[in-house]
Amino acid sequence: MAPQVGLFIPCYVDQLYPQVGIASLKILEHFGIDVEYPESQTCCGQPMANTGCTNEVVPLAKRFLEIFKSYDAVVCPSGSCVSMVKHHYDEYFSENKEYDELKAKTYELCDYLTSVLEIKTLAGRFPHKVGLHQSCHGLRELRLASSSELVKEPFGPARELLESIEGLEVTQLQRADECCGFGGTFAVAEEAVSCMMGEDRVHDHEQAGTEVLTALDMSCLMHLDGIIRRQKKPIRVMHISEIFAECL
Amino acid sequence: MPSHPKLANEFVKDKERAKWHDQSLWFVRSKRDKAVHQLPEWELLREQASKIKSYVVSHLPDLLEEFEKNAKAKGVHVHWARDAKEHNEIVHSILKQHQVKRVVKSKSMLTEECHLNPYLERHGIEIVDTDLGEWIVQLQDKPPSHIVMPAIHIKKEEIGELFHEKLGTEKGASDPQYLTESARQRLRQKFIEADAGITGVNFAIADTGGFVVCTNEGNADLGTSLNKLHIACMGIEKLIPRASDLSVFLRLLARSATGQPITTYSSHFHGPAPDSELHIVLLDNGRSEIADSDEFRRSLNCIRCGACMNTCPVYRRSGGYSYSNTVPGPIGSILGAAHDTKANSSLPFACSLCASCTDVCPVKIDLHHQLLTWRKEIRLKGLLPLSKRLSMKMMSWMMQAPRLYQFVGKMARKIVPYLPRFLVYNPFNAWGKQRELPDMPKQSFREWMKQNHDRK
Repeated sequence: MAPQVGLFIPCYVDQLYPQVGIASLKILEHFGIDVEYPESQTCCGQPMANTGCTNEVVPLAKRFLEIFKSYDAVVCPSGSCVSMVKHHYDEYFSENKEYDELKAKTYELCDYLTSVLEIKTLAGRFPHKVGLHQSCHGLRELRLASSSELVKEPFGPARELLESIEGLEVTQLQRADECCGFGGTFAVAEEAVSCMMGEDRVHDHEQAGTEVLTALDMSCLMHLDGIIRRQKKPIRVMHISEIFAECL
Repeated sequence: MPSHPKLANEFVKDKERAKWHDQSLWFVRSKRDKAVHQLPEWELLREQASKIKSYVVSHLPDLLEEFEKNAKAKGVHVHWARDAKEHNEIVHSILKQHQVKRVVKSKSMLTEECHLNPYLERHGIEIVDTDLGEWIVQLQDKPPSHIVMPAIHIKKEEIGELFHEKLGTEKGASDPQYLTESARQRLRQKFIEADAGITGVNFAIADTGGFVVCTNEGNADLGTSLNKLHIACMGIEKLIPRASDLSVFLRLLARSATGQPITTYSSHFHGPAPDSELHIVLLDNGRSEIADSDEFRRSLNCIRCGACMNTCPVYRRSGGYSYSNTVPGPIGSILGAAHDTKANSSLPFACSLCASCTDVCPVKIDLHHQLLTWRKEIRLKGLLPLSKRLSMKMMSWMMQAPRLYQFVGKMARKIVPYLPRFLVYNPFNAWGKQRELPDMPKQSFREWMKQNHDRK
């Protein structure tokens, strides 16, 4: 029997980007996974945690564990929210076996595809120049690709998946993995710096010839898309799951 | 003290300058990348350095005693200062004893931390910073904006103007060669006239009682060889246990700081020169308190290379002065918060949590985690602004009630698309100043699932 996956759709994706949830579901089902979307889920608590409001996270972390503990795996199309659950819930659960299990079985979508389902290539065609924005939490907390600061063998399964798609060319950036400047509440509290960072990221993609800008996180893309549309740049923004789903 | 966002906003307003600042520092970061990739053992070195420094911080009292004993045996005068005030008084008393009127100093962030220059000037002693960048900011009567490149924020044309005014160089000159030569001539004179030299300390070695000062301009050597009194000022965390540990740090420091294989001068001081006096002032100034804290102890591993500043996308775009702290950038936000949490409560939030600082740090300080921990402390201490506290409380409350969350989402999706633009993009909407809001979809994912995919 196919393992039962609990689909974890971040709150803002649920509300603002339903197509990313739909694409994620479509991909998992395409590969024969039995997916369930637990309806009582809301938010993992990352905005509160990143603001230092620990007390406000506790009930959300406990809810999250209750909702997702019974699945064989939890899969989410966001490195950032997965990193919250895997790396920042520890302080709310001391020696909790159920949490330790949850931590081990929670995956970012591309990570689940490549490391659990061992999918190395995708069929389909996507004849575009695609710019991959390396979202920081997936990159430097979950280690879903090699970061430019470290002296290690370069790797990047999500990029390899993209490159396996016919006609798809991944563009070369001058700053391979610099932050886009979203940073949750940072985007509002430090608006000036946040927007300058975003503008610089967009510019790097522009000079690289990016037609479609993608990432493992919709939050970075929400910020970059906001800038792209305000400045009327000819770049289309798609979550990586949307590209994959289009190729199925 | 003005908050980081406020000062950063000012800096970013001059977009061309902010861009230039970002690019100058990114250039250094790129040089660093090239230099570290030449060493296949880089990550091993980092691991080794991190272990040595963690050992030092957890054995500080013993190692300091060992250092003191060995330094004294070499004829060094060792002084202990609890805080900045004591530090300055000790330095002053030594200078007074020797009737010193003029001092040359090689760059030392510790003396910046203690505000030694204005203190000595108030007591009628001339003190000249001999590191070129540091001297430039001293001529401007400003502090350094970066711990390794103190004048990285100043353009060469501005230096030309400053030198014209202060040193009488040609008006409008901006040729670095010409300006550096003029500075060199003037500094030579200062070296010759000085009665004492003050230096910082990069590494003090417990098992020999010696210490090492790293400079690129050789100014520490000039300042200490040309006269008979040398005072070295160091933070108590600058220790390493053995002389044999030094190679690890000398390989890491310059590569991380500027992308050089090693600093041009790594000067070793093991006791005073003949007929000279060597003093060392060991400063605590809150360091032992940090060493006692499980959460922040690792910040004392810092060897002040500045790599976290060069890589920090926020520092690069907001400039060193936006931190209002002697040490800016990621490490400065941690140390600043430890030193005066209230005054520096906006600093741990001047960070997008991108974690590049953590990966670049040669001694593996988990900088972004410590910044996050500081945010918690700030909340616990009641220093988080009411607006943030309330909005997070309300958001948490809503997220604990799935029906309420769904209702609020649905209302927003229904109402926002029909609102006139000026109502959505108003001065209270910081998101919308330079960015569009996402288009509101017709239904949420949850609603779509109910309609199209419900199997229950």
